[in-house]
Amino acid sequence: MESIGVLMACPMNTYLEQELEKRFTLFKFWDFPDKALFLDTHRNIIRAVVGNATAGADGELIENLPNLKIVSSFSVGLDKIDLAKCREKGIRVTNTPDVLTEDVADLAIGLILAVLRRLCESDRYVRSGKWKKGDYKLTTKFTGKSVGIIGLGRIGLAIAKRAEAFSCPISYYTRTKKSDVNYTYYPSVVELASNCQILIVACPLTEQTRHIINREVIDALGPKGVLINIGRGPHVDEHELVPALVEGRLGGAGLDVFENEPEVPEELFGLENVVLTPHVGSGTVETRTAMADLVLGNLEAHFLSKPLLTPVV
Amino acid sequence: MNNIGLLIVCPLSPYLEQELENSFKVFKIWQFEDRNQFFNTQGNSIRAVVGSSPAGVDAELIETLPNLKIVSSCSVGLDKIDLVKCKEKGVRVTNTPDVLTDDVADLAIGLILAVLRRLCESDRFVRSGKWKKGDYKLTTKFSEKSVGILGMGRIGTAIAKRAEAFNCSISYHSRTQKPNLNYEYFPSVVELASNCQILVIACSLTEETRYIVNREVIDALGPKGVLINVGRGLLVDEPELVAALVEGRLGSAGLDVFENEPEVPEELFGLENVVLLPHVASGTVETRKAMADLVLGNLKAHFTNKPLLSPVV
Repeated sequence: MESIGVLMACPMNTYLEQELEKRFTLFKFWDFPDKALFLDTHRNIIRAVVGNATAGADGELIENLPNLKIVSSFSVGLDKIDLAKCREKGIRVTNTPDVLTEDVADLAIGLILAVLRRLCESDRYVRSGKWKKGDYKLTTKFTGKSVGIIGLGRIGLAIAKRAEAFSCPISYYTRTKKSDVNYTYYPSVVELASNCQILIVACPLTEQTRHIINREVIDALGPKGVLINIGRGPHVDEHELVPALVEGRLGGAGLDVFENEPEVPEELFGLENVVLTPHVGSGTVETRTAMADLVLGNLEAHFLSKPLLTPVV
Repeated sequence: MNNIGLLIVCPLSPYLEQELENSFKVFKIWQFEDRNQFFNTQGNSIRAVVGSSPAGVDAELIETLPNLKIVSSCSVGLDKIDLVKCKEKGVRVTNTPDVLTDDVADLAIGLILAVLRRLCESDRFVRSGKWKKGDYKLTTKFSEKSVGILGMGRIGTAIAKRAEAFNCSISYHSRTQKPNLNYEYFPSVVELASNCQILVIACSLTEETRYIVNREVIDALGPKGVLINVGRGLLVDEPELVAALVEGRLGSAGLDVFENEPEVPEELFGLENVVLLPHVASGTVETRKAMADLVLGNLKAHFTNKPLLSPVV
């Protein structure tokens, strides 16, 4: 397979880069400042693109690669890939589901606990020596709080399972009600937000779910409500979220994703009712290795004419 | 009961102090610079003492208060109360079990996630603008790790229940094996530490458990191991712990309690493999209110000759 050209859309994982280089002719897109020149020179050799949550394959890139056969994404979300165009052109698409589910669900629970119990703020309190001058203020209990989940796929279900162990009543919103779960269903996000204390975004980003968290949802969640986003930044209308947090119209937020990563609204930096993490939902050594192996497995399967491990298209 | 003298030995929540003042003749020990003079003039009138985890009643104080009938602690731990002396003198003792169990277990899980996923360090990374210069490093997965629990009482059991939802294997050490548990039992702390990746201290502080986590236990846990302490500071040999963390002989630690609170070893302040909290395991509005009500309920039961709600002695 060494003659097969593979284009990596952006830096993502050293182990994956090394393993791709062992098997294929790897091109790192970021090594070529002049993209047009690069495509002119190499367009015919590239048969696979490896992308992730930051960069994938949009319509323009797909049109520029006439021999592209497969896009293998180092992510579960596919929002950076033009799936319609891939279908049209007969290009296969794979992602990395399942292997990252536990990590993302773990981070959702970690963010809830960090926000409600002010873990990072109180860690700063100890490190700055303030404890000697008086006790830290009281915080908010997690066990027993009502948890609402937007999107009850693999990740949403894993979050629900964990939250149940904290005796939390679970409710959810999805496009269609699930017949195989006992959690309370709400047919709209606003109704879900009105009936839970902690709202978690765990759905894929599509045109329908862009800005699914808008002013109305934020108001429904209210000044004691907590928003957790481990999905994608554009799920949330950030221009509404930031003033709601600053003005106290929303109680708190745990955010792993942002609309224009790695840009984060600086108004959030001074707030103690937020916990901000740099899109690390799947960012553990164990899981990134498993994700890399799944990308490699899908590419090898494709070029050996075997069934794909995790096909989407 | 307004004529009953009640001594508060350390500051409590404003709610509890107010409710005590509504029902008793309250003395706050920290308001009397000359303690001897205070005891000479008021010692005979004191029939109840209310303390908490920082202060209780030692033998000397019990001897100084000839009419002391009850010590009601706003904590579950009783390490600041001389229980033997109380029994000898017929002084009743109550604590606040059960109502704080969920919060302490929540905090243990929060500390595990904060340490393994570097939540506070990565929150600092985002707030300081470093994300724009590159991704945060990979961290460690929580789900499926082995969790060893030291002390399988109410709190230990609640931690185990939560950790099971993260697909963790659970083992424990306690003085005697619990007949009704399916978790693996180890007859010594060193064996427990050798066979788990995350060791959670959830036992009570007694003469037998002081420094139960010593150099040998820390070495058994090792450079990839994680120590979580939501018990009492004196359960850990702190100089050994600090040295092990600084030198990397212990992987990381999440600590809510310390040997000489509110003093925390400053060598820890610069470490990123620790999360340091100011003894807040039960520190939520909901739980501190329930604990205060339990203290009040015990005192009122005692002075109206009804059965105590949560008697220890």
